[in-house]
Amino acid sequence: MNEFLQQLINGLSLGAVYALIALGYTMVYGVLRFINFAHGDVFMVGAFSGMYLSRWLKPLLAHWPEWLFAVVVLAGSMAFCGVLGIVIERLAYKPLRERPRLTVLITAIGVSLLLEYSGQLLFGAAPRGFPSLIESRSLSGLGELHATNIQAFVLTATALLLGGLHLIVMRTRMGLAMRALSLNPTAAMLMGVNTNVVISFTFGLGSALAAAGAIFYASLYQAIEPFMGVLPGMKAFVAAVLGGVGSLPGAMVGGLILGVVETLVVGYSKVLGIPPGYRDAVAFVILILILLFKPSGLFGKQQREKV
Amino acid sequence: MAPSEAVTEIVVGEFASLSGATASFGQSSHKGTAMAVDEINAAGGVLGKKMRLVSEDDQSKPGEAATVVRKLISRERIVALLGEVASSRSLEAAPICQQAGIPMISPASTNPKVTEVGDFVFRVCFIDPFQGTVLSKFALSKNWKRVAILTDVKQDYSVGLSQFFKAHLSVNGGTVVSEQSYSSGDKDFKAQLTAIKGTTPDVILASGYYTESGLIALQARELQIAAPLIGGDGWDSPSLVEVGGKAVEGSFFSNHFSVEDPAPAIQTFLKKFNDKYHEQPDAMAALGYDSAMILADAIKRAGTTEGPKLRDALAATKDFSAVTGKITLNPQRNADKSAVMLEVRNGQFKYVETVAP
Amino acid sequence: MGSRNSLLLCVLVFAVVSALFTGHPEAAWPLAQIDDYLLNILIMAGINVILAVSLNIVSGHTGQFSLGHAGFMAVGAYGSAAVTQIGGKPILNALSFLGGAAPICMFVLSLLVGGLLAALAGFAVGLPSLRLKGDYLAIVTLGFGEIIRVVIQNTEAVGGARGLTGIPAFTTLGWTWGLAAFCIYCVSALIRSTYGRGFLAVRDDEIAAEAMGVNTTKYKVTAFVVGSFFAGLAGALYAHLIGYITPEGFSFLKSVDVVVMVILGGMGSTLGVTVAAILLTALNELLRQAEQYRMVAFALLLIVLMIARPQGLLGGIDRWLQARRNRS
Repeated sequence: MNEFLQQLINGLSLGAVYALIALGYTMVYGVLRFINFAHGDVFMVGAFSGMYLSRWLKPLLAHWPEWLFAVVVLAGSMAFCGVLGIVIERLAYKPLRERPRLTVLITAIGVSLLLEYSGQLLFGAAPRGFPSLIESRSLSGLGELHATNIQAFVLTATALLLGGLHLIVMRTRMGLAMRALSLNPTAAMLMGVNTNVVISFTFGLGSALAAAGAIFYASLYQAIEPFMGVLPGMKAFVAAVLGGVGSLPGAMVGGLILGVVETLVVGYSKVLGIPPGYRDAVAFVILILILLFKPSGLFGKQQREKV
Repeated sequence: MAPSEAVTEIVVGEFASLSGATASFGQSSHKGTAMAVDEINAAGGVLGKKMRLVSEDDQSKPGEAATVVRKLISRERIVALLGEVASSRSLEAAPICQQAGIPMISPASTNPKVTEVGDFVFRVCFIDPFQGTVLSKFALSKNWKRVAILTDVKQDYSVGLSQFFKAHLSVNGGTVVSEQSYSSGDKDFKAQLTAIKGTTPDVILASGYYTESGLIALQARELQIAAPLIGGDGWDSPSLVEVGGKAVEGSFFSNHFSVEDPAPAIQTFLKKFNDKYHEQPDAMAALGYDSAMILADAIKRAGTTEGPKLRDALAATKDFSAVTGKITLNPQRNADKSAVMLEVRNGQFKYVETVAP
Repeated sequence: MGSRNSLLLCVLVFAVVSALFTGHPEAAWPLAQIDDYLLNILIMAGINVILAVSLNIVSGHTGQFSLGHAGFMAVGAYGSAAVTQIGGKPILNALSFLGGAAPICMFVLSLLVGGLLAALAGFAVGLPSLRLKGDYLAIVTLGFGEIIRVVIQNTEAVGGARGLTGIPAFTTLGWTWGLAAFCIYCVSALIRSTYGRGFLAVRDDEIAAEAMGVNTTKYKVTAFVVGSFFAGLAGALYAHLIGYITPEGFSFLKSVDVVVMVILGGMGSTLGVTVAAILLTALNELLRQAEQYRMVAFALLLIVLMIARPQGLLGGIDRWLQARRNRS
């Protein structure tokens, strides 16, 4: 039983990171109806910017409390990636807004490859250690179970970010504009919504969330490399589809479910009769099953394509 | 090629992963090989001719090794080929060399299948079965009988090492209490480690590369697993300590040589390498160096660079004093030599013992 | 259509000439003089042509964007290697009545097995993909490609992660370009048939096609099956060229390589894609020293192309040739 609970903790902390990346996918999809393939690579840039930022700031802010320093690095990386997301959208996606979806998809793959290989050129292919922003400590009072303060922090922060995001989408004018755009772009434009600003804002916010996910991921797993975003990016996409693309709580739940399922498959591979080497296939099998049987996901709305 | 060139130099080919995923290994072995060729030439070359090293980058990608090796053979007219570190790429090159009658010496491919390709294919390192045995013997000597194994299923090297380790351990009084696996590039090993923890092992074998082993150690400590970790020569990189930090302290791994070994051959090599590249050589560099030195020795003994004669001279290599130990090439064209066990202590790799074949 | 015919003719002549004259050192033909390295590149170019033309039928003509082509290639490579390497001796014995032709017959058999297994995999992927479009399909095909790779990696019978060694070197220049010509012929013929109209209808407007009574399912699955069959052939040729295969060689990045060829060549243009596959193979050799910059440059090229010239660098070349012919 203890082992099961432990696996649950492992799965939830992994799932929280998937959830954060999935939120970015879902937001962009909700507004633009397009999957930003490069999202996982923005995540990678987030991790590297966090590493450089913390190295650069460490001597300057040596006397600051640990948590404040961590928050500064987090905010810095989020801002950097937010701007990067806006720039990518302006340069690569905006000129294609009226073009077929396939064209945009290929461009997104291009952006993804560009970030990966430029990353390899700049940072090298070998994994780098990520500086620990917060000293990892074991939480006490869990008996036989083990969790670190970082795991707890990641789960809490993910929940808080989700809440904040929900407020932005539901309670602000910008959120209203986002929802309007997602419902009917032409009508929204006619009603005076500035499409360009809303789309930029969405991309910026989504990319900032990816950066937050990256800082958490790197703090949990402590090694970063230029291709680190590929697999988490794809899995976060699966999480987004599982929860229902376009739905914020869906992305969160989808991420957590995926993290837990993956962990349980590996942890109980003997019992289940699945070799643990199949871990990376699990996500794709889930994706295919969902798309076959419930394409709208757990929380998504059924949509019909209109002519 | 101009005839005058052909008279004055001996062209030796080298293929290595100078870029891509395993660039760090390729660059290391290349540095060692290049230094050896420089030394040979400074001492007057071989057979009165200078040795010229032509290196090609296979980008760490499958399929590319076959292409660059064909290029070296047909365009550069090499007399022998040195490389690769990764067994998967040596396995692409070996049939081509065998067919062309060009002797090939791999510095560090430990998969037994590499030299099974044919009688023109040699290596200067030990092979996975031996390394698996060394690790198993070491674990048993420490009275670590209950072993958990964590294998990287994406790496042929790791799969082989685990397999041979298990084969030796299970017939010599040990038990494998848990077998888990992952794929290179994974960052999360908690699920596997939690399952391992439940089986209370004395030691954990992490048979993959340093890229993941440091992380495995970190996460094992986070789950309060106290069992030490052991691994193979794939651990040999400063990156293991950079990523693993305190968590890898007290872990052991087998390697081809130790920089702490006072043997004059090793200490001179260290100094020369340091003077040339301003860094500490790792095992790949030492093996790259040895591969070129053994080739030069064989060319001298053969008195010619003709493929079949050179092959026979290589096969007759006996008690050659190399940096990584005394090398005798056995009838299977593998190097019979000892391995060393190293311990990670204070962020450094400390020599523990030498294990003879 | 004229340009396709002349393309086919060129490839076919090249295949016949190379089949006849390579491997005979005494022949005075220039092709006999080429060295092993150039030969290898020419064969790789042929394999890439098959890969690109076969992906083009799925992505270019039918508009079903697939990111899993390397997976089908892997099925073909492993399927054919199972025949010649794992089943080698018994199969040779069974074919011994053919005398000296037995090894070649075994190779043909292995090519067929590789291609058909890949086609079967293509059918399995094509069926569920009926409900999916664009981005979703891309991800699902990517997922299928990865699943195939993971399954091979965990199958000890075919060597698992350690790969399969000792595959006999049957692949020659003649075989490769002969099959490339066959592939181009089949694809061109298919495009000209009623199937071709169906493919284009699915690509241009799936909903309208369906409304007009076009059985879109049939066309999509056909495109996948045909495309995968040839990808499997390419994989079989590759396995018997290199002699050693690992699951790692068929990763997502290999699929991306093929996608780049198709996009650069121009989706839907057989001639453009063929030329792009040859050019990119050559470029890979010329830029070998600058590998890291090569991928950055390709990525930039993809983005710029999509914005400025979505029909690809060479797309439209068919029409241009046609127009020139009409003028003269």
